[in-house]
Amino acid sequence: MSLGRRNFFKVLGVTGVTLAIGKELRAVPKTENSIEFSGVLYDSTRCVGCQTCESSCAEANGLPDPVGTPEAGVVRKTDESHRTVVNAFNTSKGEAYLKKQCMHCNEPACTAACLTQAMYKTKEGAVIWRGDKCMGCRYCMVSCPFDIPKFEYHSANPKIEKCNMCYGRLKEGKIPACVENCPAEALVFGTRRELIKEARKRINDNPEQYVDNIYGEHEAGGTGFLYLSAVPFNELGLNTSLQTKSYPELSKGFLYSVPTVFVLWPAILLGIREATKNKHSNVEENE
Amino acid sequence: MSNTDYTLAKDNDGKSIWQFLAFELKPRGKFLTPFNIISIPVMILSLVLIVIRFWKGLGSITNLTQEVPWGLWIGFDVVTGVAFAGGAYVLTFMVYILNMQKYHSIVRITVLNGFLAYVFYAGALLLDLGRPWNVVNPIIGNSFGTSSVLFLVAWHFLLYMIAELIEFSPAVAEWLGAKRARKILSGMTIAAVIFGITLSTLHQSGLGALYLMAKDKIHPLWYSEFIPVMFFVSSIFAGLSMVIFEGSISHKVFFKQISEKNHKAQNGIIIGLSKICAVAMFAYFFLQVLVFVHGKHWDLLNTPMGYWYLLEMFGFVLLPMLLFFYSYRTNNIFMIKVAAILTMLGVIMNRLNVTVIGFRWDAAVRYVPTWMELAVTLSVIFTEIWIFRWVINRMPVLRESPSWVNDKK
Repeated sequence: MSLGRRNFFKVLGVTGVTLAIGKELRAVPKTENSIEFSGVLYDSTRCVGCQTCESSCAEANGLPDPVGTPEAGVVRKTDESHRTVVNAFNTSKGEAYLKKQCMHCNEPACTAACLTQAMYKTKEGAVIWRGDKCMGCRYCMVSCPFDIPKFEYHSANPKIEKCNMCYGRLKEGKIPACVENCPAEALVFGTRRELIKEARKRINDNPEQYVDNIYGEHEAGGTGFLYLSAVPFNELGLNTSLQTKSYPELSKGFLYSVPTVFVLWPAILLGIREATKNKHSNVEENE
Repeated sequence: MSNTDYTLAKDNDGKSIWQFLAFELKPRGKFLTPFNIISIPVMILSLVLIVIRFWKGLGSITNLTQEVPWGLWIGFDVVTGVAFAGGAYVLTFMVYILNMQKYHSIVRITVLNGFLAYVFYAGALLLDLGRPWNVVNPIIGNSFGTSSVLFLVAWHFLLYMIAELIEFSPAVAEWLGAKRARKILSGMTIAAVIFGITLSTLHQSGLGALYLMAKDKIHPLWYSEFIPVMFFVSSIFAGLSMVIFEGSISHKVFFKQISEKNHKAQNGIIIGLSKICAVAMFAYFFLQVLVFVHGKHWDLLNTPMGYWYLLEMFGFVLLPMLLFFYSYRTNNIFMIKVAAILTMLGVIMNRLNVTVIGFRWDAAVRYVPTWMELAVTLSVIFTEIWIFRWVINRMPVLRESPSWVNDKK
């Protein structure tokens, strides 16, 4: 192929323009880099236990309708066909409700556990499950401190079910179904930073109404779902003994030692072998 | 003993390689042995169970729950089985790195045992995967979950199987009469050994590291940040106890194949191994005590789980350790075998305590495996023994290599 002078300039021009436009376009994703983790603030003092979140979740995700109603003393659990549940608790300040779903940790144990990146922390903050990658090992379930991922044990093509913060809806510019439909405004969607500010404000404005603590601000290294409550969180069935370090930190030390062992061991082994070699001479290999 | 009786392959007796293989595939010896009579029905039964499992899902034959997603198949087949396969890396370390030639005669059978263990436990892992068709994802590189301990373990299983196959391959070459291949393959042994020991260090401890993130779910007497170290150290004596145990059975079952010289050496080998076991167990026990004291869990000792912990530590670590020391000094082969069995029980206890018994020990509904999970586990072991027996009856594993190996140096 011969490239004439004219053609050369044409190509050069097109390339130049493309590069120039490309640069301009890149200015848009610049804001995308600064996308913050989103989350949901759940104010249990506002929750009336109406289960609208449960049914709107089921509808948005094509899952069966909720089973049972919140009843103090009965702990309903999320399972492979219910991604969120609301439970009632008898607390020191009377009956109170608590919604349970995936916490969308900042550094999730499940995504660190996943060997195929099927569990994935998106840059928007939602932790999602990708079926085309998952091999069904259930290590995410072993690792999750909140026991959130659920497995379809009675399916030949089992899925992992968990709240994904309505990631599909987020992509369409909508907010999670449970937040949108909550009639009591117990749920607020926003960036995690804003939500923590909002939660602090509520505590400051009504110090007698809330315990001075935001569940999820530090638990498990910080979570996307944040909880406000009138009573200590353990009265609402939340695990308050979780570490404040993220869970992947627990296996970090081991993983960091791997490259060291990989480099040092063969060298040491070869060294020892050389050191004991004088005896090798009279004995043949694979005798 | 004349080698020519066994080395059918020396020139393939004029047969083509295919005729030779077809002949070798045929069963040999008596068919209706007690082992066959027990194992065949179990294996057929679990074949049916496996079909049901892939058709109706894992829940159809297992008792796994949302809280306890890993049961017997992971806790026993994989985690415990791999610990017992640790003999291969310890022995190759002793023979090829420390040059302890005394143990050379049992290297091949141990490596074979280790290799088959890995093949079958990886196979058992496939049964446990919900979506096994995606099993290649972490290997082919379209989705590397490099922050996962399981990713490391999966790769190490794969690579270690290859390393052990290379370590064992000279025996296959001798069986097939492939002289040049044997020369090349045995030249790769040292590299495979060094690679294999490195891999073993990492994945024996890695199996423990899998459970590090389950901090709030495992009973505090068994959970500590040192699980990986514990798993590694205990794999040394778990593997060697298995070698002692398996060796004493092989020496009875495959009596005819073993040369006079190796028969005489056997007791010396067992006594040597018992000393190594004792020392490794001493280190392990000491580590456990240190971890316990640092954990400050004195109050937990006076609970049912605490008694269970004490039984494991004193009855199945300290006691066999003392037995190993004692019988090493008194040359008591019988007591060494008893100690080996106690040690193996202790390792099974320890692995199950971390993975199944102590996992969610406080749950309202405890996970107890179904008889079907047990049957599948049993048949995995049986199938492995079948292959093991088949290989030993054909390849020079226990018996001497064919004469041409030493002729053409």
